[in-house]
Amino acid sequence: MADLKVNIAGVEFQNPVIGASGTVGFGREYGEFYPLSVFGGISCKGITLQPRQGNPAPRIAETPSGMLNAVGLQNPGVDHFIQNDLSWLKEQNTVVIANIAGNTYEDYCQMAEKLSVTDVDMIELNISCPNVKSGGVQFGTSCESVGAITKAVRQFCKKPLIIKLSPNVTDIVSIAKSAEYEGADAISMINTLTGMRIDIHNRRPIIRNNTGGLSGSAVFPVAVRMVCQVAQAVKIPVIGMGGITTWQDAVEMMIAGASALQIGTVLFKDPYAPVKINEGISQFLDENNISSVTELTGTVKLW
Amino acid sequence: MKYEIVNATLLKKEEIATGIFDFLLECPSVSKKALAGQFVHIAVPSKTLRRPISICDADEKTIRIVFQVKGEGTKILSESKVGDKIDILAPLGHGFSVDKSQKIAFIGGGIGVPPMLYSARQCDNAVAILGFRNKKMVILEKDFQEVCKEVYVATDDGSYGIHGFTSDILKKIIDEIDGVCACGPMPMLKVIAGICKEHDKPCQVSLEERMGCGIGACLVCACKTYDKDGNVEHSHVCKKGPVYNAEEVVW
Ligand SMILES: Cc1cc2nc3c(=O)[nH]c(=O)nc-3n(C[C@H](O)[C@H](O)[C@H](O)COP(=O)(O)OP(=O)(O)OC[C@H]3O[C@@H](n4cnc5c(N)ncnc54)[C@H](O)[C@@H]3O)c2cc1C
Ligand SMILES: Cc1cc2nc3c(=O)[nH]c(=O)nc-3n(C[C@H](O)[C@H](O)[C@H](O)COP(=O)(O)O)c2cc1C
Ligand code: FES
Repeated sequence: MADLKVNIAGVEFQNPVIGASGTVGFGREYGEFYPLSVFGGISCKGITLQPRQGNPAPRIAETPSGMLNAVGLQNPGVDHFIQNDLSWLKEQNTVVIANIAGNTYEDYCQMAEKLSVTDVDMIELNISCPNVKSGGVQFGTSCESVGAITKAVRQFCKKPLIIKLSPNVTDIVSIAKSAEYEGADAISMINTLTGMRIDIHNRRPIIRNNTGGLSGSAVFPVAVRMVCQVAQAVKIPVIGMGGITTWQDAVEMMIAGASALQIGTVLFKDPYAPVKINEGISQFLDENNISSVTELTGTVKLW
Repeated sequence: MKYEIVNATLLKKEEIATGIFDFLLECPSVSKKALAGQFVHIAVPSKTLRRPISICDADEKTIRIVFQVKGEGTKILSESKVGDKIDILAPLGHGFSVDKSQKIAFIGGGIGVPPMLYSARQCDNAVAILGFRNKKMVILEKDFQEVCKEVYVATDDGSYGIHGFTSDILKKIIDEIDGVCACGPMPMLKVIAGICKEHDKPCQVSLEERMGCGIGACLVCACKTYDKDGNVEHSHVCKKGPVYNAEEVVW
């Protein structure tokens, strides 16, 4: 049997499939289907310094092969997460990643400082949420701002630091390089692509926030392209996501350059996706006489 | 493990009114657990998201669902054939709590009527008040007659039963009943909740919201409610609901 273990910034994952932030909550619900250790890791719902109630409904719209969401970072706040969710999650035998979002440098730094003294395994900096006015994306769209926020948080963050990038930019490669230069340990990408759907009968956007973030199969080719470009340009590992639905998608994303994966939208239809994807990868590796999943990463043969 | 996905077999299928389908699904592991007011989350081939549909009735081996074709998802579902396997995640949500011995009015409006059937079945002294747009849309009247002591049917245009709204009937009988369970369009629920409040009768309502996961993880199905301290919060219809006490809802 092939080895599915991967190592990102010194943290060992039992398999490369991580639950994507915002789609698995704090793990408890999917833990009612199977042991959470079927995931190599869990990236928790984006948390902020203070609790947030999020956007009014509707927060979701279906799209061809995908969906839009505008939850608006509803969450109980960093302190609540540390007190109520973290210790339970740590017992589930999976890597625990805290995903943090803020309005200001201070917000991010304070959260990183608080989380650094807990036993959370990694911190993922969400500077890419498209659904709140000041939810971090203002830090995520230029090289200067990504560099500056990475540098600021780095000083307070004693945990491996992942920077989660927005695809809603013109040059994602330069942005990734800025994050690497200022001390990021890994890149995760992509967050959702901003989109919109309108009800033709009442001419209202379906989502109350007007716009939402596109995820699911529809974004997969965009994600593969971006992961491939970034992985070629940086030395730190890239965690690839965006529309992964099948084990074939997972293998493709790793060949493109991902060292690990996150899956989100697919879970809504098939909660068992992590089990199926891992089984599929494992079988693919065995059939191709590949001993470790890490051997797939970045093996794309570009023309 | 609390949640499961089952491939339910479609045993019987009927179009009971134009565009409204009645499915009988064999899924014993779900039907044994199903509570009145809970829903099933149905995977539709080629669609990214599951579709939430209420449990209309249940016995040892089967559940029944009744749904209206609205868009593509329900259209594809309606084209299923007897014998097909239907992928359901169920039973989900928090249902009606019914005191068997009380006299409860079960009020349904339009496609909100189906979930009231299994709910009324839980009560020995059930009164049904069913509202429809017109005669062509009337569904499940016979089923309710088998389960309930009294059944009132109203149509908006008077083409069948009483001419008027469910709330008009509720006003007439409110003093005779102990409480209300209701499902239907938001404006109807709001009026009903108001009448119950005025007469100091407990009222439970089943709400609708667009859903993703269906289990409380993705937080998309938000509705404004009061928490136990009276603060307004966004709670999640798939997990805290779909049934709420009317006083919990920010109308
Ligand atoms: C708890 C609950 C119970 C329900 N029970 C029933 C029932 O017993 N019978 C019945 O006919 N209908 C019921 N509905 C409504 C039903 O879910 C929608 O009509 C259905 O999802 C529409 O799907 P579509 O693909 O045909 O429409 P589309 O408009 O193509 O759907 C696009 C997306 O919007 C969602 N959506 C659209 N309308 C609604 C709606 N009214 N509520 C929730 N999501 C919606 C769909 O699920 C899908 O994700 C219920 C809804 C909820 C939340
Ligand atoms: C309902 C929903 C909520 C999300 N919330 C967050 C969040 O809080 N923080 C974050 O970094 N990304 C969030 N995302 C983005 C996902 O983590 C992921 O980047 C994106 O959905 C692409 O992956 P997918 O196509 O596999 O879902 C959310 C996505 C969805 C669908
Ligand atoms: S649908 Fe995901 S929380 Fe309700």
